[in-house]
Amino acid sequence: MPVTCSSAEIAAADERGSRGVSVGIKSVSIAFAGRTVLENFDIEISAGEFVAIVGRSGCGKSTLLRSVVGLETPQTGTIIVGNVAEHNGKPDVRVMFQDSRLLPWRRILPNVMLGLEPALIPQARKVLAQVGLAERANDWPATLSGGQRQRVALARALVHDPNLLLLDEPLGSLDALTRIEMQQLIEEVWRSRRFTAMLVTHDVAEAVSLADRVILIEGGRVALNEVVNIPRPRTRGSARFAALEERILGRVLQRRPVVEDQW
Amino acid sequence: MHQGQKSLAMKIQLQPRVLAKQASPWIVPISLLIVWQWASSAGILPGRFLPSPRAVVSSFVELSASGELWMHVRVSTLRALSGFVVGGGVGFLLGLLTASMHWAEILLDTTIQMVRNIPPLALIPLVILWFGIDESAKLFLVALGVFFPVYINTFHGIRSVDRGLLEMGRTYGLSGWPLYREIILPGALPSILVGVRFSLGLMWVILIVAETISARSGIGYMTMNAREFMQTDIMVVGILLYAILGKLADLLAKGLERYWLRWNPAYQTAR
Repeated sequence: MPVTCSSAEIAAADERGSRGVSVGIKSVSIAFAGRTVLENFDIEISAGEFVAIVGRSGCGKSTLLRSVVGLETPQTGTIIVGNVAEHNGKPDVRVMFQDSRLLPWRRILPNVMLGLEPALIPQARKVLAQVGLAERANDWPATLSGGQRQRVALARALVHDPNLLLLDEPLGSLDALTRIEMQQLIEEVWRSRRFTAMLVTHDVAEAVSLADRVILIEGGRVALNEVVNIPRPRTRGSARFAALEERILGRVLQRRPVVEDQW
Repeated sequence: MHQGQKSLAMKIQLQPRVLAKQASPWIVPISLLIVWQWASSAGILPGRFLPSPRAVVSSFVELSASGELWMHVRVSTLRALSGFVVGGGVGFLLGLLTASMHWAEILLDTTIQMVRNIPPLALIPLVILWFGIDESAKLFLVALGVFFPVYINTFHGIRSVDRGLLEMGRTYGLSGWPLYREIILPGALPSILVGVRFSLGLMWVILIVAETISARSGIGYMTMNAREFMQTDIMVVGILLYAILGKLADLLAKGLERYWLRWNPAYQTAR
């Protein structure tokens, strides 16, 4: 802990309890085989913020997420994750993919332990218990349901206590009920740990129920940048929720022009 | 009590069916054996073409009592296994190299694919010229034959490792040896084991031919030596030994598959 920190700064950090780091994406352009996916793309995400990125299939939302973790290299532009003031050393960035990507030849606990020292076994067990799968620690991934596998994948990401968690349509292949359960679980851990989260989804309701801010990508650019001002925990039935969801969905489908300041 | 009676009743009901299922694979071989013994005893099958099963058994007992049989079995097994270890080991390492390094594939793969199309046994005249008829000739032939199945399946296995898992591994900071240990090698293992099973079969085929052509010991030598003296019973013992050893090698490979691939539902045994 740097001694130079003012008490106000410490208080602010404590209040947020944040592990999160900011993400700065500046004039990023990515093209595959001549086809531009992202063009001069800018967004700023502050530490501890939960941002959902929505858009039609192939709009580049997954590409954006993959470039943040270095799985794609932008042709131009910069992506800065964290800055010195927030974090010492390299920030820890974890990804949760649409398919759980568990190692089928490792049992559940070793899967959660991937890339960790054996001394951290108690930590891994704790996180596994947090996602409700403590008793499955010695099972093979093949014996778990799709939703359970995604919970293991979440545990594997969380055990590193990440500063930034990237969620690449992690709930896309789950049934409706499991989905809602997982959304609650993700919100819960995000609220308790306060990492920065970027969620790519094409489920607008999911975006509205989880995120502080919803960003719509269209034609390689930010088409909509909407702060979700609904207090948590959010109920899907509420009028504000439904109105906002309808507005964003309408914009995605281009049913009608965006009405500014509807409420 | 009631439960016990019920399960006992079920057992009795099931038993004939289970027995029939377990016995049925053996009906054909045992009948053949009976017909064979009958034909020999009746004089239809002369002993100098094919000895009776009883004669085969008695010569087996004789040979194993004198220790001669075990000496030959030991020599052959040692040759087979050392050839397998050398050829399989080199095949695995080269497969690993060409699958992992693009330059190695460009440099070596074409050559290996060309050599692969030469049957190892076609090299026997040259091999005898190079190594004479001592151990190194047989080791070379077995190693060469075993090399290709292991090489090709290792290469294929590593190339077909799930891209998604590799990507995931990299985002978890795995690279170098940990990446191989956690993801690449376990992912390639099913394919590598197919290669191992294939080459274990090939190992015996090549060794038999090599031993019958040039050897001073081993099962093949014993069989060829028996031919000189028209000892058909010993010849049949030798042939059966190959069958048993081949089956043992296959069982070993199957056991490895079952243990190493126990995570895979396709290899899990019903319990």
